[in-house]
Amino acid sequence: MAKLLEVASEMEKKNSPKRVDGLSKIYGKALYVDDIPLNGVLHASTIRSSCAGGVVEELTFDPTFDWTPFVVVTAQDIPGLNAIKMLENDQPVLVDRVFRHAGEPLALLAHSDRGMLETALCHVHVRETPLAHPVFEIDEALHAEGTIIPDNVYTDYLLNKGDVEQAQKNAECFIEERLMTSSQEQLYIEPQGMIAVFQEDGVLRIEGSMQCPYYVLDALEQCTGLDKDKLRVVQSTTGGAFGGKEDYPSMIACHAALLALKAGGLPVKLIYERGEDLRVTPKRHPSRSLVRLGANREGELQFIDMDFAIDGGAYRTLSPVVLSRGVIHAPGPYRCANIRVRGRAVATNHPPFGAFRGFGAPQSIFALEVAMDRLAAKLNMDPAELRRKNLLHRGDVSPTGDLVGEDCFAQEILEAALIASHYEERRDAFRHWNAAQHNTLRGIGLATFAHGAGFTGNGELYLASRVFLQAHADGQVEILCSNTEMGQGAATTLVQIAADALQLPMEQVHLAQTDTARVPNSGPTVASRTCMVVGDLIEKAAQCLLQKLRAEGGLSQTFTSAEFSAVCFRMQESGKDLLVTASYQPPVDMLWDEKSFTGRAYSSYAWAAYIAEVEVDKLTLETRVLNFTAAQEIGHAVHPQIVQGQIEGGVVQGIGYALYENVLWNQFGVMANDRLTNYIIPTTADIGPLQVVLMEKGLGAGPKGAKGVGELPMDGPAPAIVNAIQQALKIDVAQIPAMPELLLDLSRAQRGSQCQ
Amino acid sequence: MAEWLRPRHMNEALRLLAELPADHHQIISGGTDVMVAQQLRAPRDIAVWLDLSAIPELKMVEVTAEGIRIGAGVTLSVLRRHPEVQKHWPMLAASAAVTGAAPIQNRATLGGNLCNASPAADNAPVLLAYGARLEIAGPNGTRFLPYDQFHLGYRQTALAAHELLQAIHVPYLPGGSRAYYRKVGTRAAQAIAKVGIAAWIHFDAGQGIIAARFGLASVAATPCLLPRVSHYLEGNNLKHVCEFTIREKVSSDIKPVDDIRSTAEYRLEVASRLVWEAIHDAH
Amino acid sequence: MSVKMQINGQEVQVQAPPASRLLDVLRGELGLKGAKEGCGEGECGACAVLVNGQVVNSCLIPLGQMDGAKIVTIEGVPGDSPLLQSFHDCAAAQCGICTPGMILAATALLAEHPQPTMDEIRWGLSGNLCRCTGYGRIYEAVTQASTGDAHG
Repeated sequence: MAKLLEVASEMEKKNSPKRVDGLSKIYGKALYVDDIPLNGVLHASTIRSSCAGGVVEELTFDPTFDWTPFVVVTAQDIPGLNAIKMLENDQPVLVDRVFRHAGEPLALLAHSDRGMLETALCHVHVRETPLAHPVFEIDEALHAEGTIIPDNVYTDYLLNKGDVEQAQKNAECFIEERLMTSSQEQLYIEPQGMIAVFQEDGVLRIEGSMQCPYYVLDALEQCTGLDKDKLRVVQSTTGGAFGGKEDYPSMIACHAALLALKAGGLPVKLIYERGEDLRVTPKRHPSRSLVRLGANREGELQFIDMDFAIDGGAYRTLSPVVLSRGVIHAPGPYRCANIRVRGRAVATNHPPFGAFRGFGAPQSIFALEVAMDRLAAKLNMDPAELRRKNLLHRGDVSPTGDLVGEDCFAQEILEAALIASHYEERRDAFRHWNAAQHNTLRGIGLATFAHGAGFTGNGELYLASRVFLQAHADGQVEILCSNTEMGQGAATTLVQIAADALQLPMEQVHLAQTDTARVPNSGPTVASRTCMVVGDLIEKAAQCLLQKLRAEGGLSQTFTSAEFSAVCFRMQESGKDLLVTASYQPPVDMLWDEKSFTGRAYSSYAWAAYIAEVEVDKLTLETRVLNFTAAQEIGHAVHPQIVQGQIEGGVVQGIGYALYENVLWNQFGVMANDRLTNYIIPTTADIGPLQVVLMEKGLGAGPKGAKGVGELPMDGPAPAIVNAIQQALKIDVAQIPAMPELLLDLSRAQRGSQCQ
Repeated sequence: MAEWLRPRHMNEALRLLAELPADHHQIISGGTDVMVAQQLRAPRDIAVWLDLSAIPELKMVEVTAEGIRIGAGVTLSVLRRHPEVQKHWPMLAASAAVTGAAPIQNRATLGGNLCNASPAADNAPVLLAYGARLEIAGPNGTRFLPYDQFHLGYRQTALAAHELLQAIHVPYLPGGSRAYYRKVGTRAAQAIAKVGIAAWIHFDAGQGIIAARFGLASVAATPCLLPRVSHYLEGNNLKHVCEFTIREKVSSDIKPVDDIRSTAEYRLEVASRLVWEAIHDAH
Repeated sequence: MSVKMQINGQEVQVQAPPASRLLDVLRGELGLKGAKEGCGEGECGACAVLVNGQVVNSCLIPLGQMDGAKIVTIEGVPGDSPLLQSFHDCAAAQCGICTPGMILAATALLAEHPQPTMDEIRWGLSGNLCRCTGYGRIYEAVTQASTGDAHG
């Protein structure tokens, strides 16, 4: 890892303690949902709609088949509200009659023998009247006559600054582009699953793979009608999530719970096999962007105008918030007086799209950054130079009309990336390469961007997150929060933050299992917020705890681990409680108007410049990433090794997004390539050298100035790679994935036009 | 419960096969295709499994005066590491090395790759180009069949009901031979071919083409040769080979389709380009 | 069908239908849950184990073929394997679901190439998908295990 700040390697190792979850995973002892031992378990299965919307006329359970050993649940068995608790109650837990997409759950079955379940499925008959004209494309949905919801638009946002219309008249150089991104599957290697079981005390316990236990708890409360004190949600070791386990676990949990309610005390296990997981769980929103950019002859941006639409699928789920993030990130990290971004989340008859790392931002950033390169080409200017002229400086006004303060490193990070990647040298070398007779063409491409961490605008205020720190008589300290470890390293990072603040060795600090019976709601594990927002709360709680131990237990200013433990013991003996709480307080300058999209959208942005070097085979149009440089200013790397892992992992997901992760649809709008043989993610053989450059200026909202980094690395690879391909092939690529089939079409069309 | 037969000798396997119920048995070797099919398709009542993985004869690789005899049960990882294969039949070592990845190559067998009869079979183009012969054992003894006559239609082979593929024979190549192998997949490893191509071209001392054979995968219902291309090239001189004619011949020799992995158009274009490259760059 | 195998150095006899997948036998009958099911069709490598020293996908192996086989699962990797330490040192396990299979694939790789080149690592592990790490930490861990130096 290249670092801009000079950090001795010893120092770096000290700052990168071993992962607290490392050994149990390495030894294969960590228990994922499918590994949890259970007695007398019932396996469950879901009966689904087959058409792309319509009406269930009849759901028949073959009367000649013996159903007595089965647990059967239909919509009629739902004690509470038949809706998944989300932004809006529009998505049924089980379809009663009307449905909007293929693969919607109609009924549930459970049996102790998996084989019997398969047999029984052949004895359930569903008669559907299909929707006459289902829609599967954004523009088709916007112009459809029959609609799923009014106008087929869930949400319509407008970010409007200055006067784009006027600016257009004055622009000396102008481009207009239409850019598309396809859906992308999270492809966590552990498929989704839940276990529901009644405890002896009558509490219904749900355990499984998830990001957001309190979302699941709220959904269970609404659907089962049980009080929250009769419900308990526990996160099992989670085998990857990337957003894919943000909302859908609520669905699976409700299903498992409904079966458990009828199962007479037996545990119910509902685990998806890979194909089902691929077909029905939410993926990244496809997008379509119409981008117009204008600049003067010097290359200074005069206006940014974008019509950004995402496909939300058949229910609203998280689409409005995905859209909001996409709209806010659409104008990029550039100074521009006139900006108009219209964003719409559109209803179609696909299964709902949902959260995936980046949450709308990768889509709009792709559109803008590819358009920036087209503008550079039109200006006959190097893409890096165009960005250099337009990236924000301290003191500029941000796209949302907020004054950019000290924490702005857009220019610095671009220069760092250019240096680390030997940009100019490579660009010139590739020119020579391409002029010579080789089997490949090479290109170098760039993307500059910023990613805001935490919930947008007032979101963190509404969340009102709380964390507890509980010290015990033996001096051990427990962190209680609802944020989950799903591979990203939260468990280690949070323990490290607490231990650091408490001046204790990490071994003395523990992250409690994420169990709603014990942990307070510190918000969901999404939006790159855990380290920055929750980490900050934990740091504050640690300070409270020290204060309390000093005030009530006489802990001295400096202390040893043994002295800390002794104070805890004495306080416990004298009946004093050792629990402290910290609650979220928004920064004073955090003003945001979510109607007009003005003000400060995020407390901190991380700044980044990514550079891709690619090689395209002249005959087959296959693209290989030769080198990749990911440079970012992230405030402070709490655990540099984990940060590096996050960035490398995100970049590789981005490489897949750019080049070959291609969700294909069948005639019913369901994922057709529902197997790992035909949904293709990168293997080790596909990934070449990847250089991570970290800049740490310490001005973020998190501990020691840290900023969220989880989503950031997903934003840059696709535009950087596409820009590199465009340079190599001298063609315009308007969509991802940039499959060889597409590149072949484009290059033949270009050759054809040259001949004329 | 299904019966599992695990013969130790070829004779025993043939005898068992002759007695098996026609539709309710499954022959298995490395299992890398059969087990996937079993997992994905509706549960099929397989009454009897005939497991060929414990027959030592099928695991033998023998170098003879004419070439190499590879037992049908030889795994791809054995092939890719085999020094004689690497030396004399490098295309076969190469195709074995890109069939799935290590965990697949350690189980999958060359015979299984052919008998599974996927149009995308990675080792098929190479064996077609090398002019391999199959040794097929049946109740009435052993017969030999040129490999190019093995694939009769989509997932249909020339194996009769009671026959088993016993070995694959690959001949030495004459002096002046050049070879070319390329697999085009969506990613570098663990990919199913969009186009697979192997070429063997026999040049005379000048640039005259004495013989040329091309094996292709994923461009028709079966792995296939390019007879019209071969016919055009044989007796021709490299200097006089015309790209346009090659394209024309390729497009009449193959029948690519659109599917989940690629398009007919891409396959045709890339196959044509790679055939052209093979003619010029084979070494 | 009754099958005798040696699993992690111990002789075991398993009674199960012959077409049962080795993966199910390991996880179910034998309670060895380190092997995970990620795809069920030999693409992801989460279920990888060693059979007679070779890395294989246990989801594609029928029990009927395992008579007399020597099987090593993650639970049987010797405690002094440098890979266990290097995966921990390099933070190569993130969500961890691919980790047991990855370590077994790396074990087989190092047995064949004790000092693997970067290319050998890339090809040797290409049957094991990881969605978290982007593979960087894993390359580093395998390199460290082979050289004792994380940056070797």
